[in-house]
Amino acid sequence: MAYNFKEVMSRPERLVPGHRMCAGCGATVALRNVLKAIKPEDKAVIANATGCMEVSTFTYPYSAWTDSYIHNAFENAASTAGGVEAAYNALKKRGKIDETFKFLAVGGDGGTYDIGFQSLSGAMERNHDMVYVCYDNEAYMNTGIQRSSATPMFADTTTTPSGTVSDGKKQNRKDLTEVMAAHKIPYAGQTTLMGNFKDLIVKAEKAIYTEGACFLNILAPCPRGWRYEAENIMDICKAAADTCFWPLYEVENGEKWTITYEPKKKLPIEEFLKLQGRFRHLLQPGKEDQVAKLQAEVDKRWELLQKKCSL
Amino acid sequence: MAIRERLSGNEAVSTAIRQINPDVMPAFPITPSTEIPQYVSSYVADGLIDTEFVAVESEHSAMSATIGASAAGARALTATSSAGLALMWEELHIASSDRVPVVLALVNRALSGPININADHSDGMGARDCGWIQLYSEDNQEAYDNMVMAFRIAEHPDVLLPVMVCQDGFITSHAVQNILLLEDEEVKKFVGEYTPENYLLNAENPMAVGPYAVTNYYMEARRSMAEGMVASRKVILDIAREYETLSGRGYSFFEEYHTKDADYVIVIMGSASGAAKDACDKLRAKGKKVGVLKIRVFRPFPAAELAAALKNAKAIAAMDRAESFSGNSGPMAAELKAALFDAKQCPEILSMVYGLGGRDITVEDMEMIYADLEAGNFECKELPYRYVNVRE
Repeated sequence: MAYNFKEVMSRPERLVPGHRMCAGCGATVALRNVLKAIKPEDKAVIANATGCMEVSTFTYPYSAWTDSYIHNAFENAASTAGGVEAAYNALKKRGKIDETFKFLAVGGDGGTYDIGFQSLSGAMERNHDMVYVCYDNEAYMNTGIQRSSATPMFADTTTTPSGTVSDGKKQNRKDLTEVMAAHKIPYAGQTTLMGNFKDLIVKAEKAIYTEGACFLNILAPCPRGWRYEAENIMDICKAAADTCFWPLYEVENGEKWTITYEPKKKLPIEEFLKLQGRFRHLLQPGKEDQVAKLQAEVDKRWELLQKKCSL
Repeated sequence: MAIRERLSGNEAVSTAIRQINPDVMPAFPITPSTEIPQYVSSYVADGLIDTEFVAVESEHSAMSATIGASAAGARALTATSSAGLALMWEELHIASSDRVPVVLALVNRALSGPININADHSDGMGARDCGWIQLYSEDNQEAYDNMVMAFRIAEHPDVLLPVMVCQDGFITSHAVQNILLLEDEEVKKFVGEYTPENYLLNAENPMAVGPYAVTNYYMEARRSMAEGMVASRKVILDIAREYETLSGRGYSFFEEYHTKDADYVIVIMGSASGAAKDACDKLRAKGKKVGVLKIRVFRPFPAAELAAALKNAKAIAAMDRAESFSGNSGPMAAELKAALFDAKQCPEILSMVYGLGGRDITVEDMEMIYADLEAGNFECKELPYRYVNVRE
């Protein structure tokens, strides 16, 4: 699509002010912009997993969503959206609905990588015509910053605290976008908040308007969990992409891999770490080996991704 | 014009589903309910119905998708048993609190462990406090009739609560018995079109479902569910009367079998009611004043009506096909005792647990239970209640 920043940004808001998300929260920015990719004339139903996004945007009796919206539970946004989509197919077939509806399931990394993983995998395999949007803030932020399988190695969380004999989380993060691509779904994309949001909105539009099950993974920093000042969020996202910690890419039908943002100069991982309090313990003298280990993991994954994209 | 058939309980329930032609059915197989999604899938494959069948990857997702479909504006149902219902437990509460009028065909089976695929009511009893209406069936005919009535009860604007239609695993679900079916058109007309007031796919008026509501609203939400449950009493009876006009088969909260003048009554649910009725017939032939009270509607619990029906009973055997580990009695017995207390009635009550994991209970067992009631033998040994047919 030819991206027109002015046109896209002047579309009516579908996630409106009045909600209680934090200043500097990546999830809110991510979702608000994903919804911009829906054609204004189309209707939508959003199924939201339990998490910050849900409890802060649909506190009875108020909703910040102009579209129909359903929160069911923590682990089942995908199957709930699948049920809504099945209802749409049934009612459309029986002549009870004329309008075009788009279906989005939304969850944080807890509701997506972990507790909702089975429901997600099932819905993707069944190829419901929907988009699953993960706002990945790399820990269970709603319950107070506990580690998830999306948490990077050495991050300090409340269940992997750094301490005198601990450097934070011991394990590497799960690469969920690749797992979703392995489902051979029509479209899987990975993005974050960058510049004029072209990468995010183009991918969201592709996902929403590609028939079948699509997956969008958006790195969405959390100021409480990552410990940064609200105004620094865009710098952190850019550093995530420029260090190749969070490469921006997409996969069509599990076959066609494309890197959508190639950093002019690949920056060392410290450029990403130093902007966040959750890695403060790593940037101390004596922790050089740990940083090198993290760098090696980023490099390895980036090289593998490049190989897939050059095939 | 009634159609004479020979069907298993699963076939009977599936036939009702075919006649209703619901919009959406997500389901996951589990013994002994597996045949229901299989039959429905074959109806879809053969073009008999155009239901969207969603073969989900778990029972949790089955109920999640059923809720999503119903909230979206579709008539939706699922089927399960035992561990499947246990896995849905979280979602059972969400279905009732979202006030989605969905239906669940429950084929009752024991819960693990030890793992056991046969009949008892521990799955249904474990879900008794989830805000669902529960209808228990004695045989294939009742399972069919309850299924045809279920959506009418659930969708009634005074109720808007989900309905569980229960039948005993294998004993009812797999045994083939004679049955009278309604014509397809009669069922369609009786059940009618589903026209919800608010739904997600209403393009003119979007809806939000499943809010975060803490101390300032939660109790009101729960009370409104309780009000729906209380209001369902009248609706269940009204729909049963309407159904009787159509089918000739009458239903109420429970069936009273020779209870009017009975001194000794067995209170029971599900398929074992047949053995109790046979024993009752044999003893009646000998002039014994015995009766059977078979509970059909466990939720809402018909407390006042039960007490009224049992007002002349001298001794009652309250027979549970489920263990609730309360240390006092089975779950139905506890509720029955509470109902009689409220009615200031104080008959002797022998609480009994029977038939767990599919263990047989015979007509002779029932005769012995009547004999104990008559002889005043209410002795219990290891527990404060009695296990029937258990090794010592």
